[in-house]
Amino acid sequence: MADPRTNIRPKAVDWRLWRQVFASRSLAIGLVLTLIFAGAALISLVWAPYDITQMNIANKIKPPSGAHWLGTDHFGRDILSMIMVGARTSIAVAIVAVGIGMAAGVPLGLWAAARKGSLLDEVIMRANDLVFAFPSLLIAIMITATFGPSAINAIIAIGIFNIPVFARITRSGALTLWQRDFILAARVAGKGSARISVEHILPNVTNLLIVQGTIQFSLGILAEAGLSYVGLGAQPPTPSWGRMLADSQTMISFAPHMALFPGMAILLTVLGLNLMGDGLRDLFDPKLRRGRT
Amino acid sequence: MNLLRIAGLNLDIHGTPILRDVSLSVDPGQIVGVIGESGSGKSMTAFAVMQLLPNGSAATGRVTLSGHEMLELPERALCKLRGNEVGMVFQEPMTALNPIRSIGQQVAETILIHEDVPKSEAMARAREALNRVELPEDRFPLTRYPHELSGGQRQRVVIAMAIALRPKLLIADEPTTALDVTTQAQILALLTRLVREDGMGMLMITHDLAVVSGMADEIVIMQNGRVVESGPAATLFETMQHPYSKALLAASGHVPDRVDRDGGAPLLEVRGVVRDYRLPRKTLFGAPVVIHAVKGVSFTLERGESLGLVGESGCGKSTLTRAILGLEEVQEGSIRLDGEPVFTGHTANRAVRRRMQVVFQDPYGSFNPRHRVSRLVTEPFHLLDTPPTGAEREAAIDEALISVGLTPADKEKYIHEFSGGQRQRIAIARALIIKPDLIILDEAVSALDVQVRAQILDLLADLSARFGLTYLFISHDLSVVRSITDRVLVMKSGEIVEEGPTERVFDAPRHAYTQELIAAAPKLPEGVA
Amino acid sequence: MLRYTLKRLVSLAISLAIASVVIFLAIEILPGDPAANMLGVNAQEDTLAALRDQLGLNGTPWERYSSWIGGMLTGDFGTSYTYRTPVAEMLGERLWISLPLALYALTMSTLIAFPAGIWAASKRGSVADVTVMGVTQIGVAIPNFWFAMLMVLVFAINLRWFSAGGFAGWDAGFFAAMKSLTLPAIALALPQASILARVMRSSLLDTLSEDFVRTARAKGLTRRQALWRHALRNALIPVLTIIGMQFSFLIAGAIIIENVFFLPGLGRMIFQAISSRDLIVVESAVMLLVFGVIVVNFAVEIAYALVDPRLRAR
Repeated sequence: MADPRTNIRPKAVDWRLWRQVFASRSLAIGLVLTLIFAGAALISLVWAPYDITQMNIANKIKPPSGAHWLGTDHFGRDILSMIMVGARTSIAVAIVAVGIGMAAGVPLGLWAAARKGSLLDEVIMRANDLVFAFPSLLIAIMITATFGPSAINAIIAIGIFNIPVFARITRSGALTLWQRDFILAARVAGKGSARISVEHILPNVTNLLIVQGTIQFSLGILAEAGLSYVGLGAQPPTPSWGRMLADSQTMISFAPHMALFPGMAILLTVLGLNLMGDGLRDLFDPKLRRGRT
Repeated sequence: MNLLRIAGLNLDIHGTPILRDVSLSVDPGQIVGVIGESGSGKSMTAFAVMQLLPNGSAATGRVTLSGHEMLELPERALCKLRGNEVGMVFQEPMTALNPIRSIGQQVAETILIHEDVPKSEAMARAREALNRVELPEDRFPLTRYPHELSGGQRQRVVIAMAIALRPKLLIADEPTTALDVTTQAQILALLTRLVREDGMGMLMITHDLAVVSGMADEIVIMQNGRVVESGPAATLFETMQHPYSKALLAASGHVPDRVDRDGGAPLLEVRGVVRDYRLPRKTLFGAPVVIHAVKGVSFTLERGESLGLVGESGCGKSTLTRAILGLEEVQEGSIRLDGEPVFTGHTANRAVRRRMQVVFQDPYGSFNPRHRVSRLVTEPFHLLDTPPTGAEREAAIDEALISVGLTPADKEKYIHEFSGGQRQRIAIARALIIKPDLIILDEAVSALDVQVRAQILDLLADLSARFGLTYLFISHDLSVVRSITDRVLVMKSGEIVEEGPTERVFDAPRHAYTQELIAAAPKLPEGVA
Repeated sequence: MLRYTLKRLVSLAISLAIASVVIFLAIEILPGDPAANMLGVNAQEDTLAALRDQLGLNGTPWERYSSWIGGMLTGDFGTSYTYRTPVAEMLGERLWISLPLALYALTMSTLIAFPAGIWAASKRGSVADVTVMGVTQIGVAIPNFWFAMLMVLVFAINLRWFSAGGFAGWDAGFFAAMKSLTLPAIALALPQASILARVMRSSLLDTLSEDFVRTARAKGLTRRQALWRHALRNALIPVLTIIGMQFSFLIAGAIIIENVFFLPGLGRMIFQAISSRDLIVVESAVMLLVFGVIVVNFAVEIAYALVDPRLRAR
């Protein structure tokens, strides 16, 4: 039989091996970066180089040195310690937001797929489209306008935005599975659609969800930083990367280190998560593996 | 001089040997059939001629096409030959055409890419090519898009693209495998006619001995990347020496040993079943379109009998199957198993459903890849009020696996550890485990290679004899139905057009459609199997 | 095509209606008394009453909703509580900065992403591909407002090529105005271009492995011809989806970026309105932005049908 994956590129150099190496390498780099920041956040729960609740005006706006590896800010606080504690806020907001998105989105997606083509499916998917019209920033603006600013805003706003993302990815994964004969076999065995969704569909879309979860996690960190930067997220004195950048903005010409390091922290965390997501996708995606025959 | 000459061709893909020392030749006007099972390397041989090989391919040896050394030519020169000197037709017509360009544009492209002619002239010649493949202008204008055509019609468009420049060689890679039997016969006739008219050479690649035996001049048999046998079609079947060729031939015409049994009491009674589907309305205010999938079907299946249900895609046999299994309610009529209705009110009857099971076509899609075999085969226990547990459950699993020729140790494995034929055995074990009266075999052997198919047919015959099973055997493949059933129903457009004992229906079909089907089915030459 | 367009139009209208209800509920109904919300907890009862009267908050929710929608449909967006000027006028002014900025960024992002994505896909696995993938990986991960700050540091403070912020105004001439939008547009475009280039690449690679591309190659098309004539248009469908979705990210991003560059656009207006608790302005500005996103997505769905004949037939 013809191999459906027959590639049309003749006499090509073999890059596939390199691709695999690259894929696993991106997974490795991603994992390391993610673990560094998750570790920093965890360590900051029990220890940080300096106490960031103490101001030390005499020591303010110092460039990186042996005592303060990443320098100090305009209140004389240690930036490395601030970044470590700030990682907690970012990671916590992003995790809860992904949790909200999955908790609501996955069941909705499973349900819509089980009733494909019905009114329910249509309503769920249209509602999803509608939520996409509200970027998380607009949701945060609306919440802040009515309830005032807080870190909870960021969580809710990002979480709501995550719901349709997970609903869509679950539904599309589930729809292809519903076409498979093993689902028909389960129906012949008298199983209902709810049971089939949990027993057969969900385990087979977990890979998709893990990959999407990593991506939404990284987007959540970016979004939280943005919201905190404009004052719609974490409020002082809660340290957050976005707030640190907002504070540094007016001093950027004479204290660029205050802007550089928190930004690098965001960049590297998001990069790490994205690389991990890509690596996992390559690992899970059968299309990239060698043909089964 | 040969038109195409392959000599000592070796091919490795990512270091894995695919072809070893393949040699064959095609003369002008000659049809050469290349036969082999999946993994035999027959398609890769075709792609090697086209030099459209996957990434990481390394080919050595010689491929000479009308004087050109294909393995040595640069890509630019190869592009000039493809479509011009050699055309190719592929297996899957549904995906072989670009969905967003009209058929006229796609056929004309073959001409425009090779000749410096105005677009209008290319379009006129595309029209001519489409006429030659029997897609007349009034029904198939150049502006048609692929999604408006059936599979057979799309395959004709692909053929038109391949022959538009009257190439010297046509390569057809399983061109009819995805098509119904009557469409297959038409496409094969069309290909043969075009080859004869233009004096083309043709390399016909297929897994089906019967398909090539009727049209090829030469036959080449491949196994595991090697040519094991070749010779003139007229005499090859008598003179073949290689054990693999003999086994292949034997399997192609295999008829399992079956105990003929007279039907007993009626087991399944289908009376006046009607199933309609509503499609979304086509126009804003128009009436919704209703598809009559099954229109008033009645038949009786007797205990211990093996009944065939034959029909082409879209005839309603899948809908009927789902209705019998209680997966879909019917609008009219009744389905009873041993006198008990499958549906009471709007709910399917568990007590009835546990007495029938099904085996599907696709050995790869029939199992949840995340469950172990023990869990897979016990899924039907869900239909029992008190499913067996503990040692009793284990015993049931072992018994089911042993009865299909597997071992109890297999229950700890996952499905990807099994071959296609083994998976089909597991599917049968899953059907057997609750000891049903009726097993519906829905194209259960259609996706298997001929030798594996023969083994599964033997297993089915043996199980029916041992356990007194009743089969409803649904298939589009007439030779399979003929070999395993006592009685046969022929279905067309939602109705049963002919019914009778298998031998009688095949030897003396009464309905015009049955006659057409039987005439269209490719046959091995008389007396070879 | 007509039927398809009509269906999309109906769904556009429904989306707009539901979105307006959501915004209305969130800002006027959920917090209880918007007047108290605007004036704070210590407000006098008679001031509150006066404000309620002025804002038309005394009617039933339904009356208030219909007068808000009715007003917007006739171009009356109410009056700003802090500025005492018609909101429509304010929005109109600010839109002349935000809309060109969004379009500038979208154009830039598309002009970078398409060639980069196509290039990477056509040279899959090459140094070019690895480079494009590496750069876009960073582009996706970089927070755009931080990137904006770094650009200010380099191009405005150190090199003095651009001003650090503010808007020259359209009166200062087209090029002067566009120049003051350039750094903000780059900051907005970079992450979007990175995402788009990656989507373009992977969509093109998927399409290149389709059977019909192999058919085209068998006709004698070169790899390059097969890519441009057959794969590209088919690969555009997911790319269009992303462009549509990016518009909402651009709007959201613009709100933040306007703050970095002190651009007097819609985003800054919204923040000023929030800090001065000017709910009427927030409500109408949010509605306008959501309207923009929904209309753009409608346009994208129409574009699908232009690309794909299978949709036209519906």
